[in-house]
Amino acid sequence: MQVPATFAYERADSVPHAIALLERYGPDARIVAGGHSLIPMMKLRLAQPEALIDINGLAGELGRVAVEGDELAIGALVRHAELLDSATATDLFPIFRDAERVIADPIVRNRGTVGGSLCQGDPSEDLAAVFAALHATAVIQGPGGVRHVPIRDFHRGPYETAVEPNELLIQLRVPVRPGTGSAYEKVERRVGDWPVAAAGAVLTVEDGVITRAGVGLTAVGAEGFRAPEAEELLVGRPPDAEAFAAAGRVAAEHCEPHADQRGPADYKRHLAAELTRRALTTAAGRI
Amino acid sequence: MRVTVTVNGQPHTREVEPRLLLVHFLRDELGLTGTHWGCDTSNCGVCTVRLDGVPVKSCTVLAVMADGHEVTTVEGLERDGELDTVQKGFVECHGLQCGFCTPGMLLTARWLLDRDPDPDETRIREAISGQLCRCTGYENIVRSIRWAAASEQEARS
Repeated sequence: MQVPATFAYERADSVPHAIALLERYGPDARIVAGGHSLIPMMKLRLAQPEALIDINGLAGELGRVAVEGDELAIGALVRHAELLDSATATDLFPIFRDAERVIADPIVRNRGTVGGSLCQGDPSEDLAAVFAALHATAVIQGPGGVRHVPIRDFHRGPYETAVEPNELLIQLRVPVRPGTGSAYEKVERRVGDWPVAAAGAVLTVEDGVITRAGVGLTAVGAEGFRAPEAEELLVGRPPDAEAFAAAGRVAAEHCEPHADQRGPADYKRHLAAELTRRALTTAAGRI
Repeated sequence: MRVTVTVNGQPHTREVEPRLLLVHFLRDELGLTGTHWGCDTSNCGVCTVRLDGVPVKSCTVLAVMADGHEVTTVEGLERDGELDTVQKGFVECHGLQCGFCTPGMLLTARWLLDRDPDPDETRIREAISGQLCRCTGYENIVRSIRWAAASEQEARS
C-alpha cells in the first residue's frame, strides 16, 4: 500500500486565501488541485510537502474558459475533460482537442487540471508544448498582485517554473488571431502514456504567406518546449510541404532528446522532425 | 480531521488523517469493498468511483477532498434490489470474468451512457481506456455496454 507521509491540509476559499496560506506555510507547502501528479509523487516520497493547500473549491474564480477581447482565457483549475469539452476553446484552437484526447485517460482527465499540468513542469508534459506553440501568457498571482509571464519563460527546467513559492498560477491567456490553424501530433507507446515525442504547431497565414508560427515540442529536450529556429524559418514563406519538412528538420536539429525506456535518442529526434512536419501540415489545413 | 462524505446517498462522518486516500476510506472505514484497489498509480482504474457524479480514480483522491461531497460506488448502482442496466449487460454478455476491473468498468459505463445513450464501439473503447482488464476480456465488456445502451434505448421507445 502506498500512502503519503503526513502533512497539514488546508482548504482555500479564495485566491487571496490560498496565497495567504502559501505565505503562512512557506516553501514546503504545495497547491493541490487534481493531484494526479502530486499525490502519486507523495506516495513514492518523491515529494514530501509539509502542507497541502486544496484549491478545488475555487472553480468559480479559476474554472472558466472564455474569450476576453482578443484573447482566450483558460482558468488554471479547468479540468482536462472540461477543456476537451469546451467548444469555445477547441473550435478556436483544435490543438487543444488533439492534445487533450491523448493526455492520460478519460477518468484521469476528469480530475487533472490545466494549471496543475503546467506547474508540475514535467519535461514530457503535453500542454507545455501546446501553450508554447500558442505563444500563451501565464497569469500568476502573489501577495504583491498579478503578473504576466510569457509561457516560453515559464518553464525554468525540469519540475521548475516561474511560479514563486508564495504565488499561484491563475490563468493562461492565448492570443486569438484570424487566419490561424493549429494541431498536435503525439507518438505514445500505449493509450494514455506520456509521449515518446510530440509536437504542436500553430500557424497564422495572411495573403498566402506565414506571418506567425508557433512550434512546441515535448519529451525531446527542447528548451522551454519550443523550437524558435523552426519558427523563424517558417515566417515569410508560403505554407507548403517544403517549408514544413524543412521546419521539422530544423526543429529536430535543435532539440536534445535522451535515450530512455521510451526509445533511443535518434528515434526521438526522427519523431521530432516528422511530428513537427505533420502538425504543421494539419494546422495549415485547418486555417 | 473530521469529514462527512455522502456515499451512495448515506452521509458518513469519520475522523481521518489528511493522508488517508478515498479508496481506503471507502474500503476500510466504511467496509465498501466493491471499490477495488490495484496499481496505486492512477493507471489501472479498478478504484474508480463517482465523485459528485464524475468518475475519478479514488487511489489518487484524498478522503478529506471528498468532505461535503457525494460519492457513488458500485454498491450504489443497484436500485431497490433491481440491478442497473449496465450490470445486467455484464451478466448477459459475459462482461464479468475475474471481476477485478468490473466495479470501475460498471461505473464508467454508467457515466458514459448518462452522457451518450448510444455510443459506438470506438467511443466505448475510448471511455474505458483508463481501466485495465487483467483477463483482457474487453470484447465482452464492450458488448455488455452496447447491450445496456440498446436495452435502455428500447425501454425509452
